[in-house]
Amino acid sequence: MTIVYDDLGDEAASEIPVRKIRFSINGQKKVAEIEPRLLLADLIRRGVGLTGTHRGCDTTNCGACTVLVDGQAIKSCTMLAVQVDGREVTTVEGLAGQSELHPIQEGFREEHGLQCGFCTPGMMLAAKALLDRNPDPTEEDVRWALSGNLCRCTGYQNIVKSVLWAAEKLRAEA
Amino acid sequence: MYPPRFRYEAPHSLDEAIGLLHDGGDYVKVLAGGQSLVPLMKLRFASPEMIVDINNVPGLAYHRADPDGSLHIGALCRHADLEHSDLLKGTQPTMAAAAPLIADPLVRNRGTLVGSLCHADPQGDWASVVLALGGSVVAQGPRGKRAIPLAGFVTGPFQNVLEPDEIAIEAVVPPAKGARSGGYLKLERRVGDFATVGVAVAVETSGDTVVRAGIALTGVGASTIGATEAAAALAGKPLTAESIAQAADLAAAAAQPKTDHRGSAEYKRHMVTVFVKRILGSPSTGAATTERAA
Repeated sequence: MTIVYDDLGDEAASEIPVRKIRFSINGQKKVAEIEPRLLLADLIRRGVGLTGTHRGCDTTNCGACTVLVDGQAIKSCTMLAVQVDGREVTTVEGLAGQSELHPIQEGFREEHGLQCGFCTPGMMLAAKALLDRNPDPTEEDVRWALSGNLCRCTGYQNIVKSVLWAAEKLRAEA
Repeated sequence: MYPPRFRYEAPHSLDEAIGLLHDGGDYVKVLAGGQSLVPLMKLRFASPEMIVDINNVPGLAYHRADPDGSLHIGALCRHADLEHSDLLKGTQPTMAAAAPLIADPLVRNRGTLVGSLCHADPQGDWASVVLALGGSVVAQGPRGKRAIPLAGFVTGPFQNVLEPDEIAIEAVVPPAKGARSGGYLKLERRVGDFATVGVAVAVETSGDTVVRAGIALTGVGASTIGATEAAAALAGKPLTAESIAQAADLAAAAAQPKTDHRGSAEYKRHMVTVFVKRILGSPSTGAATTERAA
């Protein structure tokens, strides 16, 4: 993995503290040499090159950058990349299998859970964290679990339906 | 947005962390959940020289009741741990009501109660809750441990009394003198927004008599406000419509709201009255007190 920084002159460059971290993303082990101020969202997007994790508001509001760290849904614009040292990160790219969609992705297709699609990866990961913990959520549970994720198309009705569809399919498969 | 450059240390013991704070220079910040600190650094409102990340320090991710009935919340106990805590649901109605109202579910997975107290945002919910409960913060530094009552811990907006080489290691809520009731209500424009108005009420009753009461206000002043006169109006007698109305009026009088984009000062002051009455009108009914104000 390579991350390129602005050249601030030799002296400044030698003062940039770099740390080596090891982590796993969607099951693949990685080693990265990063500046501690690098945000997790940028490690994922620019370092690993997985652009499914979106950067929306960049102010801890919108949830478009939601990923799972050790199974917990968090906002990757508000976590330092060094903090995933030794941890497992899951992004939207890690949901689907080789050839088939994850039931949550199927749900979004079946129930028209996306319009512009910008919030969708974050919605799906927040939904995954919910369904891992609670396989049979009520509509209220789903709305509560997704309350940290904003959809500027305001397509919440179908997003909630999509997650409930996925929950039903996952229960049927279990 | 990027935080400015900083030195990053992630110690594996509390002693090591305190040593780093002690020797680390003029501007060192402790990182627990980071849900306030990281945004502040990205906005360049905070530019610490060094970050001491305590997430690898063992033994801080707890909340437990001691045999004497006191509740202890470790520095790495996340909001989500408290939201899903059966211990809180059974024994701490004010805290159980507040936990699901902190920020949003994603922030609750990272952020911590102790961090919220240290951050001392006038719109932070936990400071009001812990203040209403008469709680304190335990700080540890090179000179040992000390307990600081919350009333003296927060000294102003984003200001606390911690020494530069002290770490807040836990928050403590003292044992109840009677049966606990109370709640927390928060008016917010949408989920995850800061409080337009928040009111924490904690009451302890023996028989019919209120033996201790605490009322604290979020978002209606330059700091968390302890409505001590309002609480005193409840103590030493049974809860009645008259005492509740008096406490509600005194709490509103203690508020120092300012008109802003979240509402007029008059409106905010009125909502303090409404919330005190609403919580005390249905004390200990968790479902009613966690109702999200629209």
